[in-house]
Amino acid sequence: MNFDFSDDQKQLRDQARKFLSEKCSPKAVRVVLDGKVPYDKELWKGLAEMGFLGVAIPEEFGGAGAGHLELCVIAEEMGRANAPVPFSSTVYLAAETLLIAGSDAQKTKWLPAIASGEAIGTLALFEGTGNPSPKNIKLAASNGLLNGVKKPVPDGAIADFAILAARTGSSGRDNDISLFLVDLKAGGVEARSLTNLDPTRVQAELTFKNCKAEPLGAAGEGWSILTQVLDRAAVLTAFEQVGGADRALEMGRDYALDRIAFGRPIGSFQAIKHMLADMYVAATLARSNSYYGAWALSTNASELPEAAAAARISATQAFQHCAKNNIQVHGGMGFTWEFDCHMYYRRANALALGLGSLSYWEDQLIDRMRKKNAA
Amino acid sequence: MNFDDTPQEAAFRATARAWIAANAPKQYEDELRKSSLGRTQLRNADILDVAKAWQKKKADAGWACLHWPKDYGGRGASPIERVIWQQEEGVFGKLSAMFIIGHGMCGPTMMAFAREEHKRKFLPPLASGEKIWCQLFSEPAGGSDVAGLRTRAEKDGDDWVINGQKIWTSGAHYSDYGILLTRTDPNVPKHKGLTMFFLDMKSPGVEVRPIRQANGNSDFNEVYFTNVRIPDHQRLGEVNDGWNVSLTTLMNERMSIGAGVATGFPELFDYCASLMLDEGPAIEDRSVRSKLANYAVRASGLKYTSMRAISALSRGERPGPENSIGKLVAGSMIQEVAMYALDLQGAAGVVSGPEDAEVAGRFQAMLLRAPGTRVEGGTDEIMRNIIAERVLGLPGDIRVDKDVPFNKIPTKGRT
Repeated sequence: MNFDFSDDQKQLRDQARKFLSEKCSPKAVRVVLDGKVPYDKELWKGLAEMGFLGVAIPEEFGGAGAGHLELCVIAEEMGRANAPVPFSSTVYLAAETLLIAGSDAQKTKWLPAIASGEAIGTLALFEGTGNPSPKNIKLAASNGLLNGVKKPVPDGAIADFAILAARTGSSGRDNDISLFLVDLKAGGVEARSLTNLDPTRVQAELTFKNCKAEPLGAAGEGWSILTQVLDRAAVLTAFEQVGGADRALEMGRDYALDRIAFGRPIGSFQAIKHMLADMYVAATLARSNSYYGAWALSTNASELPEAAAAARISATQAFQHCAKNNIQVHGGMGFTWEFDCHMYYRRANALALGLGSLSYWEDQLIDRMRKKNAA
Repeated sequence: MNFDDTPQEAAFRATARAWIAANAPKQYEDELRKSSLGRTQLRNADILDVAKAWQKKKADAGWACLHWPKDYGGRGASPIERVIWQQEEGVFGKLSAMFIIGHGMCGPTMMAFAREEHKRKFLPPLASGEKIWCQLFSEPAGGSDVAGLRTRAEKDGDDWVINGQKIWTSGAHYSDYGILLTRTDPNVPKHKGLTMFFLDMKSPGVEVRPIRQANGNSDFNEVYFTNVRIPDHQRLGEVNDGWNVSLTTLMNERMSIGAGVATGFPELFDYCASLMLDEGPAIEDRSVRSKLANYAVRASGLKYTSMRAISALSRGERPGPENSIGKLVAGSMIQEVAMYALDLQGAAGVVSGPEDAEVAGRFQAMLLRAPGTRVEGGTDEIMRNIIAERVLGLPGDIRVDKDVPFNKIPTKGRT
């Protein structure tokens, strides 16, 4: 049994960590946090040069042709560094959808552009409040024209193209939904930036008015494709969350070692030690669940739906737990803009919602466990 | 990343599986499967007899204490082979409960500190389950603070004379031998005046009194020592070096990997799958599903944490510190699970008799036993200290009694 990443994959993780510690310091993240730019263009270019954007994209489409395990270790480092770039929308959502359902022409056009950093992509799924569900998709497609509003769309205002779910039928079944690909630079779409919890990952509202779109995947297959995409993205995001949780835990531990109160390091008080121990427990459970997700993703195992939901829940809980208690360990300083704690708190809570909320995934997990038990 | 055995591991697994299929006491399989925390008993047999018979059978075929050297009754197997055996033994592993302390703690301590002739004499019958051992550390004055123990050992010729009292001794009532931590010098700080021995539990002056636990069962005992004589050659380690000896014992307590800690989740999931609530099946209920999902990811998190540790063993490495979370997570979880299962039953949840209660009262038994799991073998608080100090590198507690002679340490709180 080798339920672990290989030495090469661990080396890639170290390489990514080193690169990000140089190019993505908290100071660099703050340039985006303060709203001066919507994302870190230099970093994005650097990630492309390192081959990180196309790590799971096959070589024939301009990628490194490595695999999802390699993408998982990079995702972990992106989370640890709180990277302010459209990585998750472009790589986990847009590229994965193209890989699953894109035509050769679509893959040839967009995947090399993603790998080289020239194109930012996203998935426009949500339309206001609510979780992923066919019945929450109102945006209509007819005769290749889209009309409706998507919000929030991650990186919607900076993306070059969007994949979106649209209603093409009214039977009340899953096959009412089809996917489309829209070149956002071609007109017919209005993007409005939305102020959001985590300014280092921007969000937008996209309004489509008689917007031209090309189908992606077979008509009526939209929901089935999306389900697969969301499972993959859940695993990859879980690694970002695991990376973020670990970093928040480290920040708390380091502060507890350095901060003196009542004549001793606060890390010598059991109230603080036990809080940090519980953070370690949550982070460890999340990491192990995420490894299982990574295994299922990389082998395309039938266990993926269940493993993805478990990774999603566990990693969401762990990052939220570690980020909030990191602030608590820091006391008042943790609640200042100056300290970095709030950046992880913001990211933790934004990631907890992006693919559908915790309660949605809890429901999914039990559904999937029942299906497996029945099978 | 994979879950596959190496060819050697696969061959070992096949051999183990075949032997278990041919030899395990299958007539008890169903009952063992249905047993859970707080209720592991057999209807028509004494579980102690069944366990001893199974252990002896394993020993005769070379399947007892796999990781021990052959000379001492083991198989000389690798750590990963031991894990594979445990996986294959499955529910029959529940029959090993009464041997865990002897095999996991007393045996390794004997191996590290006993004389060669004693190892050859005492270890093989310990491995085969013919002799059961217990561990006599905790005292009324020293639970988490083990080094605060007060049982005296005084030298008299070639013997030591023991007087004092131990408590929480698992299985002392059916044990043949025990390892015993005593105070040999009260005039030095507490960690520096301890000495370890092993003794025959039938020695004159040893009195075992079962403790009636909060759940009504008696798994633990008080053990009284009145002028019990132990020959000096049964001393383990140097005089006054007992603390270091005990660290070997306790380290082994927390090293067990792969046996799988009980969380109560599989039982709860099965229960919810068939339970009807007023509004319909429990498993269709949003709030039930939310609870189940939260328990599910804790259970799977523990499972895959253990898989990571096993992978390290498979590579011939020492597992990382992540396995230290197991007992802490599982202990509080099984208590929550039991409470939740009763909550789903409504007022009927108070009924605990196996004949009348839901699913034969397994969750009621679990509830009543659960507080003990959060205390025995290191309380939740001690486990958190261990994680904080040894894994995260936080400072140890400030120990106000560290440099104080033992007999000057206060023994009362409010006076």
